[in-house]
Amino acid sequence: MEWLSIVVQGCLLGGLYALFAIGLSLIFGIMRLVNIAHGDLITLAAFVALIAADWLGLYPLATLIIVIPVMFALGYALQRGVLNRTLGESILPPLLVTFGMSIVIQNALLEIFGADTRRLVVGSLETASIALPGGLYVGVFPLVIFLVAVGVIAALQLLFYRTDLGRAFRATSDDAVTVELMGADNRHLYGLAMAIALTVTAIAGVFLAVRTNFDPSIGPSRLIYAFEAVIIGGLGNMWGTLIGAVILGIAQSIGAAIKPDLQILAGHVAFLIVLGLRPNGLFPRTRD
Amino acid sequence: MAPPPSAGAAADAAFRVERSTRASRIFMASGIVALIVLATLPYWAGSGTTRLVAEMAYYLALAQFWNLLAGYAGLVSVGQQAFVGLGGYALFVLCSAYGFHPYAGIAAAGVFAALMALPIAFFVFRLRGAHFAVGTWVVAEACQLTISQFKSVGAGSGYSLTPAIVRMVAPDRAGRDMIFYWLSLAIAIAALALVYGLLRSRVGLALTAIRDSEPASRSIGVDSFRAKLMTFVVVAFCTGLTGGLIFLQKLRISPQAGFSLQDWTVVVIFMVVIGGIGTIEGPIIGLLIYFVLRELLADYGTWYLIVMGLVAVLFMLYARDGIWGWVNSRFRLQLFPVGRRFVRTTERDSGPPRD
Repeated sequence: MEWLSIVVQGCLLGGLYALFAIGLSLIFGIMRLVNIAHGDLITLAAFVALIAADWLGLYPLATLIIVIPVMFALGYALQRGVLNRTLGESILPPLLVTFGMSIVIQNALLEIFGADTRRLVVGSLETASIALPGGLYVGVFPLVIFLVAVGVIAALQLLFYRTDLGRAFRATSDDAVTVELMGADNRHLYGLAMAIALTVTAIAGVFLAVRTNFDPSIGPSRLIYAFEAVIIGGLGNMWGTLIGAVILGIAQSIGAAIKPDLQILAGHVAFLIVLGLRPNGLFPRTRD
Repeated sequence: MAPPPSAGAAADAAFRVERSTRASRIFMASGIVALIVLATLPYWAGSGTTRLVAEMAYYLALAQFWNLLAGYAGLVSVGQQAFVGLGGYALFVLCSAYGFHPYAGIAAAGVFAALMALPIAFFVFRLRGAHFAVGTWVVAEACQLTISQFKSVGAGSGYSLTPAIVRMVAPDRAGRDMIFYWLSLAIAIAALALVYGLLRSRVGLALTAIRDSEPASRSIGVDSFRAKLMTFVVVAFCTGLTGGLIFLQKLRISPQAGFSLQDWTVVVIFMVVIGGIGTIEGPIIGLLIYFVLRELLADYGTWYLIVMGLVAVLFMLYARDGIWGWVNSRFRLQLFPVGRRFVRTTERDSGPPRD
């Protein structure tokens, strides 16, 4: 029963990792861009939530009404102003520009907020849990995060397969040049894609801020979890990304149960095993 | 079958393939002078200067190695700190537990890093482009976390070399500083010589072709997988060796210091990008800019990293080839001639000789 509990906790942890990973997966799927600054943008969203909660006195989860528009606008501006210039044949510019951005965001946050660890407190919701038959307890908040992750993916699937914008996204993903000939404005589409990705990042950042301690230096490891989830799940497959995140969460949870400082390493080992056995991940849809 | 008419004209004019340029010959001569000045530095400069130049020397080596990997072989690694750390730990373990002399330890650190590069390549070579970059990063993190598990090497807090081992290098601190300085200088010169020699060789031709266009290079028969794997392992060897030397100087290693992304990869990438990726000259210029910025902004916390990051981003956006790329396109200057130029030797044909 104890092991079942560990697996369930890991599964729910996977919900948070899925929220980290969706933005990364989306951006790669549409414009073949791997955003190295993704983890630092999650941290940035967490700090925006912190400011909103401190200055406006908002309830931590209510900061989403501020954080989402801020990140959406930032995403569009970032893509139109900076990242669109990097797209092309060579992989170096997007990689190194986002890498540089990552270092700049991380150190700017460090200069502004200092190295202290922070947390948003939501009171009773944090400790609330549901008792399941068999003596199993499930935290309400982790469950909420997991359900939000599922909801976000479902909403994105609807956007991709049921709307004109989604069709345009899928078309640019398949053949960016031809879509331009059909009259689409790729620069605008990419801007919207990054804005949507950072909207998910905003949700991830707020939940991260409530669920765990955070400080300016945690971005890179969030990027790594997101990346591992995407690769385990297979490129271009959102539901695959969720499964990848759940596998990563369970691996980390089992590692932590064996010995607390094995948590992260166990996740890396699970990632390397999948990479060794299935180079394209478990459920690949697109090839890079 | 008759030869096409243009072939006859070409046969009349005599061509010679030249590799060096006038600039490169002048540079080589002034380089030898600079080398003599640098080699005697500990005798006429203060210990602070000597230590700073030693640090610059091993950073130049790291920058050249990363540039060989990313700029030529197209393997953009964000995980080179794995090899610095593995090399450092290899040296510490071999000297402390197996009685190696520190010099033998440095060489063994390189060998160990190269051996580890093979299983690492097995995993990360399955990932392409930017995914390769993050993959190498994950491997470096995994190495750091694994070493943190071993109590015999001080687990998460690290451990020091014993005074007895340190005295094997030189009995007093001043003597050690001199020897470390020369070793760092030697590794920097060896790095330049290796990259220069490699790029002028057959493998270098393959790497340059891969840098310019991988599909095109494959279509003319370059075995790009082999060239890349070889570069990865050679660079791992050199980076591990440098890591051994760096931590022999520092006398203490910990997982955080050994596998530091910021110290061993971030600043190295910034140097190469700003100076000019895919050239030998670029990293030298980037190195100088980095150290000037770091010394100028030393009192302002991490601002030098923010400034370096912004400058690197701006270069990638507006001047992809870095400072050296701009110099090269404007003045056609090559200080380390790795290309081949056709020089027309007969005066019969009109027009000035062209490169």
